[in-house]
Amino acid sequence: MTTTTAVPLVTEQVASKYKDAKPTGEYDAIVVGGGHNGLICAAYMAKAGKKVLLLERRHVLGGAAVTEEVFPGFKFSVCSYVVSLFRPHIIRDLELPKFGYQVLPLDCSFLPLPNGDSLARWGDGERTRREIARFSKKDSEVYPEFGKAMMQMARFAKPLIDSPAPAPESLNPLELLDILQVGERFKNLGKDNQTRLVKMMTMSAADFLDEWFESDTLKGPMSVSGIIGTFQGVRSPGTAYVLLHHYMGEIDGAFRSWGFAKGGTGAISMACAGAAKHLGVEIRTEAAVAKILMKGNSARGVVMANGDEIRAKIVVSGVDPRLTFMGLVGEEHLDGEFATQIKRYKFRGSSGKVNLALDRFPNFTCRPGDGNHLRGDIAIVPSMDYVEKAFDEAKYGDFSRRPYINIVIPSLTDPSVAPPGKHVMSCFVQYAPYNIKEGPSHWPQRREAFGETVIDTIEEYVPNIRQTILHKQVLSPWDLEKDFGLTEGNIFHGELSLEQLAFQRPTAKWSRYRTPVDNLYLCGSGAHPGGGIMGAPGELASKEILKSGAI
Amino acid sequence: MPVPTPFHPRTSALCTSYRWKQWSGYHAVCSYETCHEREYNAFRQGAGLLDVTPLFKYEVRGKGAADFLSHVLTKDARKVKVGQVSYVSWTDDKGKMLDDGTITRIADDHFRMTAALPTYYWLEKNRRGYDVTVSDVSDQIATLALQGPTSRAILKKACDADLDKLGFFKTTACRMDGFEARITRTGYTGDLGYEVWVKNADALKLWDHLMDAGKDHGIEAAGLDALDITRIEAGFILLDVDYFSAKDCLIEARKSTPYEIGLGWTVNLDREPFIGQAALKAEKAKGSKWAFVGLDIDWLELEALYLAQDLPPSVPGAAWRTAVPVFDQDMGQVGQATSGAWSPILKKNLALATVLNEHSKPGTKLRIETTVEFKRQSVTATVVEKPFFNPERKRA
Repeated sequence: MTTTTAVPLVTEQVASKYKDAKPTGEYDAIVVGGGHNGLICAAYMAKAGKKVLLLERRHVLGGAAVTEEVFPGFKFSVCSYVVSLFRPHIIRDLELPKFGYQVLPLDCSFLPLPNGDSLARWGDGERTRREIARFSKKDSEVYPEFGKAMMQMARFAKPLIDSPAPAPESLNPLELLDILQVGERFKNLGKDNQTRLVKMMTMSAADFLDEWFESDTLKGPMSVSGIIGTFQGVRSPGTAYVLLHHYMGEIDGAFRSWGFAKGGTGAISMACAGAAKHLGVEIRTEAAVAKILMKGNSARGVVMANGDEIRAKIVVSGVDPRLTFMGLVGEEHLDGEFATQIKRYKFRGSSGKVNLALDRFPNFTCRPGDGNHLRGDIAIVPSMDYVEKAFDEAKYGDFSRRPYINIVIPSLTDPSVAPPGKHVMSCFVQYAPYNIKEGPSHWPQRREAFGETVIDTIEEYVPNIRQTILHKQVLSPWDLEKDFGLTEGNIFHGELSLEQLAFQRPTAKWSRYRTPVDNLYLCGSGAHPGGGIMGAPGELASKEILKSGAI
Repeated sequence: MPVPTPFHPRTSALCTSYRWKQWSGYHAVCSYETCHEREYNAFRQGAGLLDVTPLFKYEVRGKGAADFLSHVLTKDARKVKVGQVSYVSWTDDKGKMLDDGTITRIADDHFRMTAALPTYYWLEKNRRGYDVTVSDVSDQIATLALQGPTSRAILKKACDADLDKLGFFKTTACRMDGFEARITRTGYTGDLGYEVWVKNADALKLWDHLMDAGKDHGIEAAGLDALDITRIEAGFILLDVDYFSAKDCLIEARKSTPYEIGLGWTVNLDREPFIGQAALKAEKAKGSKWAFVGLDIDWLELEALYLAQDLPPSVPGAAWRTAVPVFDQDMGQVGQATSGAWSPILKKNLALATVLNEHSKPGTKLRIETTVEFKRQSVTATVVEKPFFNPERKRA
């Protein structure tokens, strides 16, 4: 990272520094990690009347859903930058709008092309049809059909993300009933969608889209939904399934796409923290947990970095499975088989982030001037081949020379995040493999070149971008690991690939938030149903904990 | 045939959706784009600029201005200080609502009054015995509402008035870019916001000047569809939607009193006689039949009705204003919901309703009719306090 950090004023409103306000007494639960899932889990437990302490290592809450004033006057969604899958019932249960939760919808997906052309997909279906028709008349009419099919399949998948993972190995009749119900709903999907779903589970995003569309220009930006946060290419089998995630989002009760959080994604975490505090959770920042306090095979509390011990009936970890078990518990407390599985659990971070403070809005050559096309997400991905080539470089330990970049400029919609007339530009960049060929620890030497590559790429579409940059923050996967505790820089606490989902997340037999360590639970994105600003792991973990009677 | 407002050259150039409606005989923009969403977000995140010229405007001047207004309004206008704006209602002699609006006290002997309906004749006919003149300036004054969290920053850039000192419901004269304007800190969005009043001749200069001052502050031209959601979030009543003017009602049952529509606070009862006083005193003593309430419609029940049809839940994107019955728990009708909207900022499905007074206590669980897949059904709607949305910045 090339920069300083924020004055976390909002965090101070809901949390105290550990050194200023040491926790006292015994707790029902200690939550390790103040990301959005940890905060949500803590809030639900407190809502059930439990005494909960939440400990965050950093000075600011939110984990990877964090807003920081990286450069004076500019508030960045440093890591995670858009929201779609956040569960509506969590918003209701915790009354998050009362605590500042606001989401502003993205109305457009804009694709500038190197040849000076461009494609914008809008909320307005007719306008989108005309745009796509410039590339393929057939695709322009298939596009809404595709949307409908995906929406139907997303509805099929929705209960899976709103309940604990099914347990196919279980002999419990109730569990079997759950699985039968999945089967029943599958049957009701209809033959066409059944076939599609099976294809989605097995095919690559590219192959799946090839079955529907002919325009490579259209398929480019659609295909990348399948590879975000994974170390796979759009032609890797299994990536089609992740496309579905783009259609599962719900904003304002309707299945629809994506939005910005007002005030940056950190505002979502702060709303969760506000709710948690309101419900009685004690929140401490600058509170690094060194170890989980073990007695035999049971967690009894935590040992802080300064040696303090804090006791609780249970410990809930919001950090990723590797860090939880190998770091906080210690391999010596795990059985060999489980330790092996955790070591095998794939992280392989593949993306980085470049955040820019801009002096004025970026002027794209293909659609000059300010306009609504800049108020959604902007994708640099002119074709599927472009992404696959970008992946080729990553496979052999390089960041892509011409990466896929997903840009948003939230300040155009939410003036509160930048000074008047200035803008924050968030660039999600893939591929930037954690395992560069020199080794991950060499990222600090490659970081500058990585940042330059990203700006070079954008410059092909926005020629004067360099003259407008007031400040640049570059985050490599190595930085994401070091600064945000994301193992190998994986933004989802472990790849969202099929073999690491549902009853296999994070490992077979331990997908229900419990762990082989008694009184230790997982509530982060490394647990079912996975990453993104969804809140589901946190909420489902809390329910499982409360049901278990452990507290 | 509606006529254009003085801002029409600007609004029509921006109104790419061609979505217009008639408002008091003027062309008014429903939404500039196909969907009003961005305009709504401008009101709540940046600033929305809305042409409100169609409001009826009257100048009341003369030594007896305050006494006269106190006589025709339910509010004691003498208590309104110079530089202050007051929200007012007025009734017929039976205490039945005629209209609601604002009075702005520009000088000791000078008020400007706004109304939703033509009110000149009514003012004129009640003028006898008061030392006042009433002039209808509806067609001479052009007005823009600038509403939203960045509205103050924009106006500070645009004029010479000390806006940090201009309190909620206060007014000031100011100078803009070579022309005079009056600013009132008022609006219909329940947010930080202002209305700017100029001579027709300065209308386009005002529009351009505010747009220019606002370009770095998220200003957007906004239409009535976006406004409608914000006014419901603010819990504001709308004439001809949530209540009707007594002079237009064919039957008594359609008429309302200020107490029945949540405007009891605009009534100053104990003072010299005013129109409707006796009836309102009697009602105050006896209690009102109806009450105007906010309803929070149960989401889970609504979702379940959709699920029963194998449909995902859906709410209309725009505010609705087709009245539906409201029932008690035994499905006896106790009133009607007259408008409502999904609030994107509160994530709640809201309605404004008139219900029998005994069912108006916050927390009361009622049922509201809802139609899912052509089937009329009902879901729980809980009476809640208004305004639904009330940000600190509104008064700060």
